[in-house]
Amino acid sequence: MASNPVTTSSAPAAPGIDDVRQEPGSGLWGWINARFPAAKMLKEHVTEYYAPKNFNNWYLFGSLALFVLVIQIVTGIFLTMSYKPSAAEAFGSVEYIMRDVEWGWLIRYLHSTGASAFFVVVYLHMFRALLYGSYRAPRELLWILGMLIYLVLMAEAFMGYLLPWGQMSYWGAQVIVSLFGTIPVIGADLQQWIKGDYYISDITLNRFFALHVIALPLVLVMLVAAHILALHEVGSNNPDGIEIKKKKDARGIPLDGIPFHPYYTVKDIYGLGIFLTIFCAIVFFAPTFGGLFLEAPNFDPANPMLTPAHIVPVWYFTPFYAMLRAVPSFAGTQVWGVIVMFAAIAVLFFLPWLDKSPVRSVRYRGPIYKGMLAMFVVSFVALGYLGLQPATPLFTLFSQLFTFLYFVFFLAMPWYSRIDKVKPVPERVTYHAH
Amino acid sequence: MTEQAMTEQVDQGRRRLLVAATAATGAVGAAFAAAPFLASWQPSARAKALGAPVEVDVGKLEPGAMLKVEWRGKPVWVVRRTPGMLATLKAAEQFLLDPNSDGSDQPEYAKNETRAVKPEYLVVLGVCTHLGCSPLAKFTPNDVTVSADWPGGFFCPCHGSKFDLAGRVWSGVPAPSNLPVPPYQWVADTRVLVGAEGAAAA
Repeated sequence: MASNPVTTSSAPAAPGIDDVRQEPGSGLWGWINARFPAAKMLKEHVTEYYAPKNFNNWYLFGSLALFVLVIQIVTGIFLTMSYKPSAAEAFGSVEYIMRDVEWGWLIRYLHSTGASAFFVVVYLHMFRALLYGSYRAPRELLWILGMLIYLVLMAEAFMGYLLPWGQMSYWGAQVIVSLFGTIPVIGADLQQWIKGDYYISDITLNRFFALHVIALPLVLVMLVAAHILALHEVGSNNPDGIEIKKKKDARGIPLDGIPFHPYYTVKDIYGLGIFLTIFCAIVFFAPTFGGLFLEAPNFDPANPMLTPAHIVPVWYFTPFYAMLRAVPSFAGTQVWGVIVMFAAIAVLFFLPWLDKSPVRSVRYRGPIYKGMLAMFVVSFVALGYLGLQPATPLFTLFSQLFTFLYFVFFLAMPWYSRIDKVKPVPERVTYHAH
Repeated sequence: MTEQAMTEQVDQGRRRLLVAATAATGAVGAAFAAAPFLASWQPSARAKALGAPVEVDVGKLEPGAMLKVEWRGKPVWVVRRTPGMLATLKAAEQFLLDPNSDGSDQPEYAKNETRAVKPEYLVVLGVCTHLGCSPLAKFTPNDVTVSADWPGGFFCPCHGSKFDLAGRVWSGVPAPSNLPVPPYQWVADTRVLVGAEGAAAA
């Protein structure tokens, strides 16, 4: 399909609306294109999507996230073929997958490691946006769609974690569902409605299974499609944070743009090679990852009558869990911790409007933003660590400090991003030929 | 009406009204259609039947001992308190957040000094009011696994909440209120029905 018969003019063809209206060509490819815009879509999104030529390795994580999504869907489908979503059989069926199903252990470890890998690449992908101001106008909606993906991903991961029906599955779900119970007036009824029972039971498990394997993945895939469409509409940002569309050649192609295929498909495959090396090493040699990816108490079947001594969510939730525990109860309710935790996520949605800096990229920002960003990263990682530890008074104090700093980064941004000294932004992207 | 008249005399106001009325009718229909799906998430008839009251025989419970029964998937504790244990309740009051159970969840007949119908028997839900963990029984006074000045009570291992021997919460811990007391009634001298209340309960 590289030798597209549509193009009759001298190569390379200029993109434009004329191409779309041309004769669809001959053969099967032509027959299809007379009836379905396959060639048109391929051009728009792959072969003639012009991305800035100065992408660095931070730009690998978007395509990697897409790849991990595919891993999760494929391994997930195969897991449902042997898993039983009932309180009586769930734990046993996971052991059955691990011991009796041919290669079942591999499929499950790919899925469990894939869940953590998903959050690793998504967190790095989001940090890239923070570094280079990728959320700034006109990419606000792109950022919001990405945040919605992150929210759905968290819901997906939470519901998936109940399915093995181990002690940590059960009590982790108990803690999270109880969050809804803290809402005044409607809390208790809402919690019962979510559980479908007076406690987390077979009914809840069956319900979470349905949401985990069909409802949320459908939403996730649609949001990912919308995210990519929005990206291709506004165009990619780049490490310099400048618009490549401002400098175009006679054919209307950005001077600093290169077609996504073959340039970035090849680069993304290189990134995928490195990713898979690390990913497979974990799958084969450390699938529990020292208790971070699969927690030891989860090898005990769920017991509603016995709480494990130390409940820890999976690592990707621990920054928010630390915030939840950092806030004491007040006025007879502990809804405040829940509010702080959800506010920590909600504030991210407003990032495009909090940032008032005249430049996008960290490369041209002043020392204040760089310091704030460093403080934010330290706070987030520290909260992640504290969320894994028992809530001793000292750790709680640290959690309170870092929760405060986390919010300072966002809520003080309208002020410090304005007064920060910025460097002059170049006209064209900085790029050194390799 | 001729074709010309149709294009020239479009009543935009009427068109907007009809579109709005159609959309509103559709929205009401959608809400009604959604109701059965939302209601299907409520506890089913079977779940409700399984959540029926549980009768507990405490005849063989020794003074100072605790019995755990399951009611609606939650642990219900029945503690037969000794006079010594009941005496700690007054001493513990200085530590408590809500000693009179004003901001806590219990039936009216258990909102008293001992939080019980019969002072000897504490019936309480063994679910921490913080985030639903099940606290541990730490009845021995001065138990060093809790604290040196511990008067005896319950300790939640998840986030460190403390409760006295009437399930009343300490101040300065994550849990915001006392352990809830489920509805219950004594149906005989040594038999208690957890999850139901009637004339006998008062």
